[in-house]
Amino acid sequence: MKQELTIVLSGEAGQGLATLEDFLVKAISKTYYVFATTEVMSRVRGGNNSLEIRISNTPVYAYKEHIDFLYLLNNHSLYRLTDRVDSNSKVFGEVDFITHEEHEQLSSQFIPLALTDSAKSAGNVLFSNTVLFGQIAGILNLNVEDCHTLISERFSTKNETIQLGNIKAFDIGFEIGMPYQSEHKLVPQKTGHMKIFTGAEAIGIGSLGGGCNFIASYPMSPGTGVLTYLASKSNAFGVFVEQAEDEIAALNMAIGAWYAGARALVTTSGGGFALMEEAVSLSGITETPCVTHIGQRPGPGTGLPTRTGQEDLNLVVYAGHGEFPRLIYAPGTMEDAIVLSQKAFYMADKYQIPTFILSDQFLLDSKFQMAPFEMDGKYLESFVVESETNYQRYKLTENGVSPRAIPGNGKGLVKCDSDEHTEDGLITESFDVRVQMNDKRNSKMPLLLDDYEMPELIGPANYTNLIVGWGSTYGVLKEYIDYGDSNDTAYLYIKQPFPLHPDIKKYFDQAKHIIGVENNVTAQFARLLKLELDIKVTDHLLKYNGVPFSIEEITNYMKEVL
Amino acid sequence: MAHFEFDENIDIAWCPGCGNFTIRKAIIEALQELNLNPTEVVMSSGIGQAAKMPQYINTNFFNGLHGRGLPIAVAIKAVNPELTVIAEGGDGDMYGEGGNHFIHNIRRNPNIVHIVHDNMVYGLTKGQAAPTSAIDFETPVQVNGVINDPFNPMPVALSLGATFVARAFSGDIPAVKKVIKAAIAHDGYALIDIFHPCVSFNKINTFKWFKDNSYNLDDTYDASDFTAAMEKALDTEKYALGILYQNKDKVSFNNRTWLYQNDPTPIVKRVRDISQVNALIR
Repeated sequence: MKQELTIVLSGEAGQGLATLEDFLVKAISKTYYVFATTEVMSRVRGGNNSLEIRISNTPVYAYKEHIDFLYLLNNHSLYRLTDRVDSNSKVFGEVDFITHEEHEQLSSQFIPLALTDSAKSAGNVLFSNTVLFGQIAGILNLNVEDCHTLISERFSTKNETIQLGNIKAFDIGFEIGMPYQSEHKLVPQKTGHMKIFTGAEAIGIGSLGGGCNFIASYPMSPGTGVLTYLASKSNAFGVFVEQAEDEIAALNMAIGAWYAGARALVTTSGGGFALMEEAVSLSGITETPCVTHIGQRPGPGTGLPTRTGQEDLNLVVYAGHGEFPRLIYAPGTMEDAIVLSQKAFYMADKYQIPTFILSDQFLLDSKFQMAPFEMDGKYLESFVVESETNYQRYKLTENGVSPRAIPGNGKGLVKCDSDEHTEDGLITESFDVRVQMNDKRNSKMPLLLDDYEMPELIGPANYTNLIVGWGSTYGVLKEYIDYGDSNDTAYLYIKQPFPLHPDIKKYFDQAKHIIGVENNVTAQFARLLKLELDIKVTDHLLKYNGVPFSIEEITNYMKEVL
Repeated sequence: MAHFEFDENIDIAWCPGCGNFTIRKAIIEALQELNLNPTEVVMSSGIGQAAKMPQYINTNFFNGLHGRGLPIAVAIKAVNPELTVIAEGGDGDMYGEGGNHFIHNIRRNPNIVHIVHDNMVYGLTKGQAAPTSAIDFETPVQVNGVINDPFNPMPVALSLGATFVARAFSGDIPAVKKVIKAAIAHDGYALIDIFHPCVSFNKINTFKWFKDNSYNLDDTYDASDFTAAMEKALDTEKYALGILYQNKDKVSFNNRTWLYQNDPTPIVKRVRDISQVNALIR
């Protein structure tokens, strides 16, 4: 039976929630299944930010609305969350953090938590967050030694008073938390081997595993996480990192780097990617590979900078003028974020096309557990050839892929042009050559399907209802299937939304109901299914307020339509 | 011997009498005289008549998008410092469409040569104003004459800290060649703004006009003197030709990076070890 606990910490920007999240998730992961997601306002200080941590006896990877334990970290941290607490919830906080009326409403559900006084008794008011870490660790009965190690590591550069003070603060908190162990039925699990990653880290790791050795980007939430992660590993792995003057420069630099033989990445969000579109087209005609990561957030325009959405599938499918092949991956798990990022580099190199990793704020910023696995070195295989004298960059071949040489590697010259060109890379206005070259480029499209990343079917084989989702909705839909009570419903997790393989039609043929679940208003993927494969999605669950789907929303909606 | 001129006749799309022809001759001779191998040279360009240059020189090239010659060039040099990289284009390409890249690549000081053909008019799009066109210059778009002040790249580059700032005139091939050779030898960003006549669309700034309104800096001129350089750069009554300024002390882009300070091996020749990456998820 599923036993779980949802804890939410509500405070403001600048209160150290990220550090606390890091402590808690790492410590909890040693004994339980855990998932954490934050809800952050677009400001550096103040506002109201909340952190949700779900702890369970079984795997969890989705956002849940109902809060079991809510922690208030200041006097304006309750009002945005009142819809998510009910009579079964407990609310912890300093007594003066809620109003007289709220005290009356919550009554015994409110549990005073004197973090400041406890921190002072440990030596410094600044230890408050560590007291809180201890209190939650006490409730969950986490291994004290592990927690102490995490604290010591974090404060290793500080003086002894700070190190020991934090340990003491943790211990005080632990004592406060212990009596509440009876409030949950969690049983320790064998999860010690599990690793914790954010989507941004996973995409960064996968990029390294795909040979990424150059990244040029202009910061934009939520795509920036991949840039900072790769920057943090750049010295160890030999990655040339450059913050470009704008997004246009970023993708052009990446294309220049690929032309010269590097494996380059660009990371951005929808708005930044809109600026890169001409360069996508440049990659298309010059057949210079490039890899772009797009972390989606709600638009149009500046939209909701720190929230999530899946509104840019169409943008990526159709980006750039003219016609040329491309490939889009949309990972929904940490393992897929790693492997598909590796593969994005491999496929770009193999077919000399632009490839895309399409993620979103929810996937990038949330913390997920992942079982360790070995990355395959095959995605590092280079398709670059040494050039001979009289080398032709755009030599017509049977399958449309010309051997790609790089400057300075061989006796030949590498001539690339964004004008229509001959096999030698020279500008031409011959209609015949134009048709030959356009056919050559577009003939690579069907080849891409040989390496199609097939979707994963989750649920019973004899389903009559099929839920279809792409990318980050994986967690919530997988949980719905795994823990829900429907035995004739399955979920098809699409990892490669474009181009689509005709073979996936078979999954839809046996379904009476096809339910599309997407974080956008126009059902972009459902429309693509109709256009490309003539599949008709019968029902749509669409959400576009910037918040990821919750377990409750999926469950209630399915009850309604099925 | 490998060479930068073609064995066969090539079809060049420039108008007869275009200043681009002599610039081409100067570039080829400079590369030739420096004994460079065409396989070790890369030209990067945007769009425009000037940006077609790489098509007409026998070497590696990436002829990309309008205004984007510089980002391509700086990245090529970043991942393979062993290549000699030249970015080339016209005034509209490099100062108009690519203006942001012009500014920020000066800040980077990449070891590349940046050749800008400056004929004070748009050629490929048939005669509209360029950023460098003079006030009152009449065109099919600026029918009452240009009303925006002309862009002067020399003081802009100097004020941003450019380490090699030069101007030349296409009518003097030996001088252009000399400047190009010095620019290639310079370790850092080297801007060469080359005046040249557009015989089809600019009837004001003609071969004679450029000749009458410019002069060569003589041997007594000290190119390491920033103040003198700025004075010359700002003088638009009569344009100074030659190397206005050179600073040999500033470290170039690649050599500012931790990666190349610790290991000169080009990024493209380094090998990724999958077991090192796997350690991140173990």
